[in-house]
Amino acid sequence: MTKVTIYVTLRESVVDPQGIATTEALQKMGYEEVKNARIGKLIELELEGSQDTIEARVNEMCNNLLINKVIEDYRFEIGEVASK
Amino acid sequence: MKFAVLVFPGLTCDLDMYHAIEETVKQDVEYVWHTEADQLDQFDVVLLPTGTSYGNYLRPGALAKSSPACKQLQAFAESGKLVLGVGNGFHILVEAGLLPGGFLRNKSLKFRSAREAVRVENNNTAFTKDYTQGQILTLPVANEFGNYYADEQTVKELKDNNQIVFTYANDNTDGSTEAIAGITNQQGNVLGMMPLPERAVEEIIGGTDGTALFQSIMNNRGEQHVN
Repeated sequence: MTKVTIYVTLRESVVDPQGIATTEALQKMGYEEVKNARIGKLIELELEGSQDTIEARVNEMCNNLLINKVIEDYRFEIGEVASK
Repeated sequence: MKFAVLVFPGLTCDLDMYHAIEETVKQDVEYVWHTEADQLDQFDVVLLPTGTSYGNYLRPGALAKSSPACKQLQAFAESGKLVLGVGNGFHILVEAGLLPGGFLRNKSLKFRSAREAVRVENNNTAFTKDYTQGQILTLPVANEFGNYYADEQTVKELKDNNQIVFTYANDNTDGSTEAIAGITNQQGNVLGMMPLPERAVEEIIGGTDGTALFQSIMNNRGEQHVN
């Protein structure tokens, strides 16, 4: 089985209200070195099927459902599911 | 004139929308459950109520794309008939690709239920003809993801095509791009808005500024027949 890890981030042009609140919270707690926090999402998929088509299929999934390109960017890594 | 209230799982304010049609314009209105939307073309107008479709998982409105009703709604919109989505219904229209843009969490990070001053930016649409240009309405909002986002290019297109129909007149509390509260598609037959006109159709519930929106839809139908 293949494991795909998708990192979803807000596009740079998008203001991130959660990130701003988190930056301020960290600064209030004494971590003044923090100048900016951006909060994204991590999506993990476990997949079966041909290795050859995984990249294309995952890009398709991102475009069709997982990502809204107006507000988000993404990248992903392809690996093996750790055996249990 | 036949109205459908299209209901996806978690859209909880279907009754408000149904009631608004029944009481204000007194037309035929039916609930259509999302798995039974294969006959949408028998309706003249499709209404998407607000609520929390699919628990707002992934992104508000996004998971509605997994329903066959999404494609049926796209086909309905392409046929030129009117589609109105309010609140979470607006989210669905954006995610379904029927309207441009995206939604972020409110700037306040809070769910916000309030009455807002809303300006009519374009009264030359099928949904707003019974308002005057620049009229200030008082309409309820109730959302956590009311922060509409569009990039510069999209904003330019929205402005060039007069697609911005409503803006917040006083405070843009949620942080929407250009204080946008409602937009249409290029053709003008699909309207999405965060304020909730169906909750402002009787004095007893705190105002009637939403009534003219539903009347506009009715009167627009009349004009189409004249043409």
